[in-house]
Amino acid sequence: MSLVLNETAAFLQDQTQRFAREKTPTSHFRSVRDSENPECFDREIWKQMAEQGLSGILIPEEYGGSNFGLSGIGVVLQELGRTLTPSPLFATAVLGASLISKLGSEEQKKKYLPEIANGNLTCAFAFEEGPRHNPIVSEVTAEKKGDKFLINGKKCFVVDGGFADLIIIAAKSPKGTSLFITNKNSKGMEIKEAKMVDSRNSANIIFTDLEVNSENVLGEIDNAQDTIEEVLDIARAAISAEMLGGALEAFEITINYLKEREQFGVKIGSFQALQHRAANMFTELELCKSCILESLSCFEEKSNDVPRIVSLAKAKIGETFHLISNEGVQMHGGVGVTDEYDIGLYLKRARVAEQIFGNSEFHRNRYAELTGY
Amino acid sequence: MTDLALFREETRDWLEINCPPEMKKPMTPHGMTWGGRNCKFSHPDQELWLKRLGEKGWTAPTWPKEYGGGGLSYDENKVLAEEMSNLGTRMPLASFGLWMLGPALLEYASEEQKMEHIPKIIKGEVRWCQGYSEPGSGSDLASLKTKAVEDGENYIVNGQKVWTSYANECDMIFTLVRTGAQEPKHEGISFLLIDMDQSGVETKPIKLISGASPFCETFFTDAVVPKKNLVHKLNKGWDVAKNLLQHERKMLASMGLGGSKAASKGKTGSGLATLSKKYVEVKEDKIVDEGLRQKIAKCDMNSHAFSLTLKRVSEEAKNSNNGPSAATSIFKLYGSEHNKQKYEIMLEAMGSQALGWEGGEFGPEELAITREWLRTKANSIEGGTSEVQLNVISKRVLDLPQ
Repeated sequence: MSLVLNETAAFLQDQTQRFAREKTPTSHFRSVRDSENPECFDREIWKQMAEQGLSGILIPEEYGGSNFGLSGIGVVLQELGRTLTPSPLFATAVLGASLISKLGSEEQKKKYLPEIANGNLTCAFAFEEGPRHNPIVSEVTAEKKGDKFLINGKKCFVVDGGFADLIIIAAKSPKGTSLFITNKNSKGMEIKEAKMVDSRNSANIIFTDLEVNSENVLGEIDNAQDTIEEVLDIARAAISAEMLGGALEAFEITINYLKEREQFGVKIGSFQALQHRAANMFTELELCKSCILESLSCFEEKSNDVPRIVSLAKAKIGETFHLISNEGVQMHGGVGVTDEYDIGLYLKRARVAEQIFGNSEFHRNRYAELTGY
Repeated sequence: MTDLALFREETRDWLEINCPPEMKKPMTPHGMTWGGRNCKFSHPDQELWLKRLGEKGWTAPTWPKEYGGGGLSYDENKVLAEEMSNLGTRMPLASFGLWMLGPALLEYASEEQKMEHIPKIIKGEVRWCQGYSEPGSGSDLASLKTKAVEDGENYIVNGQKVWTSYANECDMIFTLVRTGAQEPKHEGISFLLIDMDQSGVETKPIKLISGASPFCETFFTDAVVPKKNLVHKLNKGWDVAKNLLQHERKMLASMGLGGSKAASKGKTGSGLATLSKKYVEVKEDKIVDEGLRQKIAKCDMNSHAFSLTLKRVSEEAKNSNNGPSAATSIFKLYGSEHNKQKYEIMLEAMGSQALGWEGGEFGPEELAITREWLRTKANSIEGGTSEVQLNVISKRVLDLPQ
């Protein structure tokens, strides 16, 4: 398994780094946040990202994507994570694209994938049913009625659920778990839009006898569980890469502050009490880099250890982003808790991202189970 | 067939023919070969294995052939390591000469010195120890006071070194001695190779909290050292010392990885979990105490992450000409702190059964764990304390102000 970026990934990283610095520095995030736009992202920027091919990285070439794979989208998310770029990339180009590519019928793939790749179609995956991640769907049910399905129940914290054109619902069906594709304007679906603490879009969605035709079942009925788990791991690796970008940036911002800020007539970075904590954070970040590179490449290598490696990455970066965001605020002193300084923005993003598809505790538990204890 | 594939085939064949049967069995507590003039082998196969590998230069596979090394490339060395691991062959030689002194000699010694010392290191004919720390010079190593004074063709050395591992069993000691002024402290130090087989050199073992230990104090009383044993320039020994410390820290870091290979590979349970299960309540293969279980998982994951980082850095080194990556600076710190943590978790799982000293109903493995736990406390002190490592990262890597 390679722990060094391949040429394609290095190119994508470079390209995205320039894009993020020029087009979406944190001032861009602030302007979106402070605008009245409830979608929490900028459609013009999203269009440009799509033009650069970012929305099609996980989509096969025959459907308009580049098929650069998870290492590709990982480095892109990492660079966008550095500047907290708000975009539908995670929910649409990772979750939506993966679910449809893996399970879609030829017709569904032709209908949706090119539209995702060109940036015209956004998706959300209605999966979680409570405030803490649970990989087993049980609250939302799908019941067969004639040649249709009736969906009832409630989903929570659906990332981008407030604006996504397409909602993919995971539901408990008579003999297993199934996925359904539905339009955001469908009858029988009430979308309660929310803004999270990190100013990203989220929604709780209530289904009351939502009718879905059988051609809108994604994959085989009752048989989606394995693919869901596979896609959850893809999404965990992807969000971990974004978190690594955020953690690296928050760390660098803090180190720069230690080199500038003076108290008692000296730079505060000369104090050993701060130096040692900074060195510890650096150490943890180096470990995270290795875990995340491994987790992104293990899919392509078809390793049979994917779930364990992904849990390792998500748990380590969760702990580390948590630590760095807390320490970053503390080391900034008073300005660290002001809205004017960026460090607090990373604290907020860290906590929301930590929860997405399992926090560190969840993944330690999963790692232990997979290792046999 | 590529050259490398051919090399792999030849290597496999050679190892299968030349590795004696006993050396394909797992290492035993007294099975390690340390070499030296008075080398003791606990089995004749050890001697044979050392002799065969030593002649081929494969105890030091990447060192140049002209000094008796294997002359292998990075990739060939990797193949050799993989094939030895596949065949389960034992490490032929444990040696501070191989791990620490040799690499520094290759960089700083004269041609004559290399020809004299390196082949003997490779063949395990001379056993070396390190004379750095002194009673008054630990973390502040450069304040050392052991003095070497010129006397005709020789230096006369007086002073005391401490933490000289295995000094009582070694033939030679590489030392840092003061040949110039005490201040500025880094500029009056020289790197000197001293033969210990003389009346001016005495050693005395140090007993640690873990019981016995390989550490000694070493005393120099008018010890005589020929001038040809000065490595690099007079008063420039600190350059050699810094280089050598890098190798030492790398070696110490890798020691913290015991068992982590298993943790990163196996699905059958890590060493830590397997051990713990013997002492704690287990239900359906799961450790019931959730607090302990999370701690074990965290520790296993740290091992896994650390071994991935070692792997990443070696891949990066191969793919770039920028010298060692910044990540190498964390190895010693992380390896030793992690190892301490691991033993604390073992103690927690085993309870009082891990706190025996002698008698009672303690198994030999349990008693060994008790002593090893105590021994790990030195991990974050020897070869540069964790605090010194944190200083190095802050200043050299993060460039924080002095």
